[in-house]
Parts: sequence; C-alpha cells; structure tokens
Amino acid sequence: MNRQIISPSPHIHGPESTRSIMRDVLIALAPMSLVSILASGWSVVLLLCVSMVSCILLEFLIQKYWLKVPVTVSDLSAAVTGCLLALNLPPEAPWWIAVIGAVVAIGIAKMTFGGLGQNIFNPALVGRVFLLVSFPVIMTTWDDAGSMFGLVDAFSGATPLGEIKEGLKSGATLSELKADDLGFTQQFFLHAGGSTGELSALALILGFIYLLCRRVIKATIPLTIICTVAVVSGIFHLADPEHFTGPVFNIFTGGLLLGSIFMATDYVTSPMTTKGQIIFAVGIGLITVFVRYFGSYPEGVSFAILIMNSTVPLLNKYCKPRRFGEVRK
Amino acid sequence: MTGTVLFTIATLVAIGLLFAVVLYIVAQKFKVEEDPRIAVVESILPGANCGGCGKAGCHAFAEGVVKADGMDGFFCPVGGNPVMSKVAEALGRAVEEKAPMVAAMRCNGSLANRARTNEYDGYASCKVMAALYSGDTGCRYGCLGKGDCEAACQFDAIHVNPTTGIAEVNEDKCTACGSCVKACPKGILELRAKGFKNRRVFVSCINRDKGAITRKACSVGCIGCGKCAKVCAFGAITVENNVAYIDFTKCKMCRKCVEECPTHAIHEVNFPPKPPKVEPKPVEKPHEENV
Amino acid sequence: MKKTFRIGGVHPHDNKISAGAATEIFPPVETVYVSMAQHLGAPATPVVAVGDTVKAGQVIAEPAGFISGFVHSPVSGTVKKVEPRADIAGNMVPHVEIAVEGDEWAEGIDTTPDIIRDIPWTPEEIVEKVKKAGVVGLGGASFPTHVKLAPPKDKKAECVILNGTECEPYLTSDDRIMQERPEEILLGGVIMMKALGVDRCYVGIEENKPAAIAAMTKAAAAYSQVEIVTLKKRYPQGGEKQLIDAVIRRQVPSGALPIDTGAVVQNVGTALAVYEAVQKNRPLIDNVITVTGRCMPVQHNYKVRIGTPMSKILEVAGGLPADAAKVISGGPMMGRAVANLDAATVKANGAILVLTEKETRRRPESACIRCSKCASACPMGLEPWLLNKLSRAGGRFDELEQERVFDCIECGCCSFTCPAGIPLLDMIRPAKAEVLKILRSRPKKQ
Repeated sequence: MNRQIISPSPHIHGPESTRSIMRDVLIALAPMSLVSILASGWSVVLLLCVSMVSCILLEFLIQKYWLKVPVTVSDLSAAVTGCLLALNLPPEAPWWIAVIGAVVAIGIAKMTFGGLGQNIFNPALVGRVFLLVSFPVIMTTWDDAGSMFGLVDAFSGATPLGEIKEGLKSGATLSELKADDLGFTQQFFLHAGGSTGELSALALILGFIYLLCRRVIKATIPLTIICTVAVVSGIFHLADPEHFTGPVFNIFTGGLLLGSIFMATDYVTSPMTTKGQIIFAVGIGLITVFVRYFGSYPEGVSFAILIMNSTVPLLNKYCKPRRFGEVRK
Repeated sequence: MTGTVLFTIATLVAIGLLFAVVLYIVAQKFKVEEDPRIAVVESILPGANCGGCGKAGCHAFAEGVVKADGMDGFFCPVGGNPVMSKVAEALGRAVEEKAPMVAAMRCNGSLANRARTNEYDGYASCKVMAALYSGDTGCRYGCLGKGDCEAACQFDAIHVNPTTGIAEVNEDKCTACGSCVKACPKGILELRAKGFKNRRVFVSCINRDKGAITRKACSVGCIGCGKCAKVCAFGAITVENNVAYIDFTKCKMCRKCVEECPTHAIHEVNFPPKPPKVEPKPVEKPHEENV
Repeated sequence: MKKTFRIGGVHPHDNKISAGAATEIFPPVETVYVSMAQHLGAPATPVVAVGDTVKAGQVIAEPAGFISGFVHSPVSGTVKKVEPRADIAGNMVPHVEIAVEGDEWAEGIDTTPDIIRDIPWTPEEIVEKVKKAGVVGLGGASFPTHVKLAPPKDKKAECVILNGTECEPYLTSDDRIMQERPEEILLGGVIMMKALGVDRCYVGIEENKPAAIAAMTKAAAAYSQVEIVTLKKRYPQGGEKQLIDAVIRRQVPSGALPIDTGAVVQNVGTALAVYEAVQKNRPLIDNVITVTGRCMPVQHNYKVRIGTPMSKILEVAGGLPADAAKVISGGPMMGRAVANLDAATVKANGAILVLTEKETRRRPESACIRCSKCASACPMGLEPWLLNKLSRAGGRFDELEQERVFDCIECGCCSFTCPAGIPLLDMIRPAKAEVLKILRSRPKKQ
C-alpha cells in the first residue's frame, strides 16, 4: 500500500455524474435532430453547430476571462442548452439568430445567475423567448423550400397553430379553417411548420423513453403537462368545437412535447419533490392552453414554462417529500 | 394620447400617496421605543458583528452595555481599549484598560516538521475531519490545516499556508475576536496578551502524548521534559499532561526557556535579533542556572 | 412480489465476491488487545490487573453504566498491560493487552458443536445470561443486546425480526453463518421471542443470498413461529427502521423507538451470539469477519477472536496489495476508514474491506444541479441538498431542526448518488450532531 486514503463514509460512488446525465440528454435529443436534418437539410446542421459552439464558447470565455472561475464546459450543460436552443428555432432561421440566442441564454439567463444550478429560468427558453419577441417574423414564419430528401412538401407560411390563431381572429370557425387537415399520422411522424424540434412527435417520444430508461428524468412532469392539456382543451373543445381546437391537435402541435419532455424537466428549473412537480406541471399545462386559446401569441409553451419556473423556489419551500414515519393524511 | 398619459400619471401619483400614508401610519403605530444611547454606542462599535464579545452582534452588545450598570463583562476585542473608553465616555462611566490580545497558533507541525501518514479525502473542513479520526499525521493534537479558522476569521488575519500546511496568524490584522479559537476543533488557537512591543513567548504545541510518541510524530513538538519549567525564575511555566504551558500574566519575557527547549517548541515573537555572540553557550548555561 | 422498504434507497453493485469462501478459523495470534469500548455507551471498567492469568471467556471488564456491557477475555494468557491504545481512528481508548498462552477456556463454557434445542430459561434468566455474556448488536451499531431484550414496561413487543439482509456491498459474514449455522441462529431467535414474550419471528434476507435463504428455510421448517422473508435487493434494507418497514409494513415515527412499532430487530450474528450465550454459556469473544476487496487475491471469511490486530488479519489474508489505498472496517457505504491498521478488532467488526484508489477516490465536487436524486434516494424522506445548503450556511439550526436533520441515519445514499459529487453526508453529519446537542439541552416538555 503506497498511500493510505481516509475519508468519511460512503467510500464508493454511484455511476452517474453531471456529465453522464447531460450526455444522456444529448443522446435523447439525437433522434429529433436527425429527423430535422433529414427533413430540412443543411440549414439545421448549421443551426445546431452554430448554436452549440456559441453556447460552449461563451460559457468558456465568461468563466475563464470574466468571472475567473474554474471552467466547467466539460460537464456538457452548455452543449445541451445549445442543442435545445437550435431545436427551438425555425429550420430556415439565419445562423446569427442562433448566436444572439446563445448570448441571451448563456450570458444572461445562466451565467449572470451564477452558472449551472443557480439559474431561475431555463436558459434555452429565455433565449427563444428573447428571439421570439425581438424577431417575431423570423421566429414565426417557415419558408421550408429546401427539404433535403423531399420528405416534406415545400411549405411556406405560418405554423398550424399560427394559422388557426389568425383565422380565428378574423372571425372564421375551425371547420372553415379545416385545421384537422393535418392528419394525426402526419402530426405524429413528421409534419412541416414549426420549430426544428417540433417536426416529429415520434422522435421526441423516442428520446423521452430513452431518458426514462436511463432514469435521467421521471415521467411525472411530462405526463402531467400532457394530461392537463388534454383535459382542459378537451373540455373547451367539447363546449365549443367551432372555436377551440381539440386535445390531440393541442398535444401534437407546437412545442408542447419538446417543452414538456426536455425543457420543463430541466433539473435546475423544476421543483425537487413529486408534489411540487405536479403543481408545476399542471400550471404549465393550464397556462399553455390559455395562451393558445386567449393570448395574442399562437404558442404558449415557452411562456408557460418560464412563468412556472419563477414559482419553483416557492414550490420547493412548501412541498416537502413524505418523511419516513409520517402518518399518511 | 395626452389624456392617457395624464391619467396614468395621476393614477400612479394617487397610488404612491396612498401607500405613503399607509406606511406612515403603520410606522407610527408600531414604533419601538429604544434607548437613544443604544444607537450612539452602536455607532462607536466597529460593526463587524463578529460575536467576539460573546453577544449576538454589535447591536446586542450595545443594548446589553446600556442596560447594564457598569462596564464589567463588556469588552469589544475588536475595537479594544480605544473603543471601550469611547463607549464608557458616551455612557458617563469609568473603564479599566485591558491588555491587548492576539491569537497564538500553538502548533508548528508543518509539512517539514511533521510527516503525513495518510491522506484525507473528505470534505475540506477541520470539523468534519476531526470528527472522523485523529488526523493525517502521527500527532493527534496538531493542526489539520483544512482552514476552519480561516473561514471563521472576518478580518483576513489567519490563513493556512499551502507550503507549511498549517495556519498562520497575521498579528497586525488579528483583532483577538476569538472566532478562530471557537472554530478550531483541536483547540490549538489561544488568545494571549500581545505583550510589550508585541513581544511574546509561548509554547507552540499542545500535544499531550508522552514524549516518545510526540517525538516520533513531530520534530518540534513539546515532549514535556520540564526543562523550561525548571529554568523559569518566575513560575510562569507549568508542565501538565506532558505539555508545557506559559502563563502570559507571569511571564517576564526573559527567554531562557526558549533556549532551553530541546525541540524548539517554545517560540519568541518580535524580539530584536540576538547579538551574533551565540558561540560561548557552555559559559552561558551555568550562569543561567546560578540565577 | 418481494417485499422492500417504501421510501428511497439505492442499488450499489453488490460485489459479494467472498460469498463462496467458507468460514475459516483464524490462526492463533501472540497478543490480543481488547478494547473496553466494545459497545455503544460507556466504556467498560477493567477488573483485571497486569500480571493476572486469564482464561478464554473470563470476565475482564464490567459495565460502567446502564448502556454498557461486560467484556471477556478472548484468549487464555497473561495480562500484560491495561492502558490506552489507538483505535481504528487513532483515538485513544482503554485496552487490555493479553499475551496468549495455550487455549484454555473458563469453566462452564460448552465448546462442543452440539445443538441444544431445549430452552428451560425464564425471560429474566435469558436477559441476565445475555448481559453476562457481553452480547452486543453485531449489525454495526453495537448496542447492548440485553437492553433491547428488556423493553420499558409501557412498550409491548409483538415480534422479533432477525436481520439477515446484509445490504452493504461486499460483506458476506452474515451470509456465511446463515449457510453454516442456520438452526443455531433460529434458536437464538426463539430464545429472544421467549425473552420478549412474543410468538412471531421473521428473518429478513435479501434475494442475492439464495444459498442462505435455502439453508434458513430448510432449518425453519421445524419452527412454526419463524417465517423467512425474502426481500428485494436494495440498500439500506438492513437499517433497523427500513427493515421493519419492509417486513411488517410499519414505519417508526420520527423521534420514537423501533419498539413502538412492536418490532425488536436483531442481526442474525447477534442471534447466534444469544444462542451461544444462553445455551452454551459461551460469551461473545469471537466473530466472523469478511476480508475482501476486488484487489485482494483471495477472499476470506475468518472466525476471529476479538482483539486481533487488523494488520495481522490482513497479513494472514495475503497482505495488502500494492494498489490498495483504503482499508475499511465494515462495508463501503457505512464502514469506517481505518487510519490505524494496528488497531484491534472489536465485537461489531463484520468486515475488513480493501479498496483501490480508483474504487474509492472521491470525485471533485461540482455545482449542485438540483436533480433531486439525493431526495429520491434518501430512505428517511429528507432533502439532503437542502440540509447540505443549510449546514454550509452555518448556524441555521432552527431550519435544520425543522427539516428533521436528526432523522438522518447516515446511510450515505445521498453522497453515493449525487452526480455532482457533493459530499452531502460529510456536511449533514456535523449539522445533525449539533442539532441533537441542542435538542438534548432543551428542557423536556411534560
């Protein structure tokens, strides 16, 4: 024995590390990224690269030269933020949009709060919302002419959600707008119009299953959001099918799946206890549906998650896990 | 357009006024009457809230001293005598001068003097380490070097030196608040009189093991041989539990013990350098013994 | 569906590599050093002097309080010294040093392997015999067993639960005794049932010990009151509170004692010691110790007399390999790192585990990502991330008390699971000690 090490127990450690968790999230995002690349071509590759590289680079520069703290980019959390940010952009968005998004996400939403673990709001979503508010035209129109393998017909215009919103505003009813033209199968496997990460529900669900199997996330938050959206939109749809879209449409369009699986479950910005997570997720579901139905934006998932992010410290304070020996109420 | 702007301004002003009135009423209704002298005393105090006086902070100290009859039991170690005389003056009382103190580091078991026998790999805190085991050297009493004292010090006066691996006190910055003394789980630090011209003599070791064990673990530990106690003409040195202790109220700084100590465990601080004539040692020794 | 406890828990790799090694009698040593702190509570008072001749099983120290215990000479020989000696942590504890001469046993001790099934003793006699034999809990906490067998008058025991879970990775000593001496363990359980006046005994064994389950089930066929309960593999199932929850689905309320659920939990090793104490008059002077580690060339389960220096055991087991970095007394989750390898074994020493630097080196700590995996893993339903934060902030004892830091069982699940490598338990332990001190100093409410 050359050197004797002494430490308090436990003397062994589990296999997980921050890095392995972030790597799992990146792997889970891979199917969606691949589908987007196949569907929309090189522009998506460019966006993903620019976004991830600028996020990592920014975190590195800020930590090394500004804050002068140990550099932690190797934990891959900046890469995850970059990847999610790219998936929140339209496929044809110019590359500099991704750079601006990265500056806001990493520079403002993450590092100013103290880096990983300290941020109140999901960095990628702050980036997206900043872009959405600052560049609404770029962020909400899709000019999808250059599909790589012709998987999707050339398509130009607003998202399905945007189209319906505009239509309803001008006084039309849903049956006139034929919103349900967008068949379920198409919505599920691949559909045009939407952010890069919203094209295929199937790819997202594959990623979700991977995360569950690797025990990176629990199903609580995503399932609760989806159930809430389904129930609330179901009630509205039944009450007035001419003005309110139905549950299936609401679940599979827009960023609901992407948001609930990958953004709402972000460790840092979601509650610690199951009880808190359920309240958090119900809140997201409700706000999403209400923004979609009554708000001025066609899509509400990002806003819903950010709003509920702000309630997390409070939920952590008041929602305690069930203690051992506590009498069940 | 103008109408909207005016309306907005008017509303805001109205709300502001309303809140101001409410705040004023509440402030008046729940006003706490406090002895005005407390604020005066508090303004004299250093305001570090270090707790060195034994009170919860400077405000608690001020409150306590104003309510008390005399100055007994109240001493701000940080401000020292100047601050205490000002406090006494403000309260119209008399105060006794106290000797200024400083924290003394009673371990010299640096990496060179004390071999490390194992490596600690837990959270870097002396408290956590001390609760786990006796330490990473053969000495069970020495400095663990994980810096609980450094973390406790509010005056940047004590630091763990990475080259020696033990804590060092910066006596110019030390205010003798006693935070480090409380923080050290091994009880190594002690508040001692700063001494005339800041000169002090103290035993830099608290190892209570028998001499042989101490010597094996550390080259500069007190082995409790008692030579210092014998040479001391003022009865200032006691040897108990195999370790010598110098009572600073009795010590006259003759420094005979410093020369006598076989392991150089007794330190002298801030004395002028000795004259180079250290050669005739055999002559000096019998002379000392005759005294 | 196999039973297990309901809150938290982790699944460390079980590494039971020494399970196949049959128990060997450890060869005699020249000198033993018997610690006077063999049990929780006050160290025992030595009743022998230097120069006295002692026989194996003879009392050499008497209890120094209610929570204390007898200590017996593990060997025959001459008392050489009665003085403080460093324990595994390097702290000085009174020891009796005995030079071994021959192997003569004190009178009245039955050293034959015959199994005595007839139990003619009254509950009081059983408790007295257990006390006189110096039996302590061998699961790790070394709580004096006779105290547990005589619960306060106002508490009523309903069942005995024997703990054969051995949920710590690597350890196999309980596994071995369950395979080798199942009936004696069950008789120990029956004796304890009689002492407590109950008619139900469960033996909880984790599913990763099929041979032990088979042996115990076979032996239990003759005892209708005993039920072998196979449990899912999950750490810390061997925790007293977790085991009660797993076996009889009752949770010990915070601040209450396990007896409040009606269960008395004893380790299988303790049951064996109780059997030997009551039926054979044999005091607790040896125990089975697993000597293991992936880096060790050969795995052993030794029956060792207490007071044997660990360095001696490691030497006989093949010596420490060059890449060994840490020696642990106990399992890797709750065991204590050995700073002083010359320290002698004590009654509750169940294992000596050797780990390499790669296996045991702590990771650098990074920022908390609030994944709440620590809270999910905590078997007590606490929030280690929050306790860590409060402990580091310093002085926030009110909040720590409110967050029930005193419920922490120090199982290490939080530190084990934290992906950021935060030493949660290192921070929680001092906070818990501090809060317990405050709670004890508070005047009791009527």
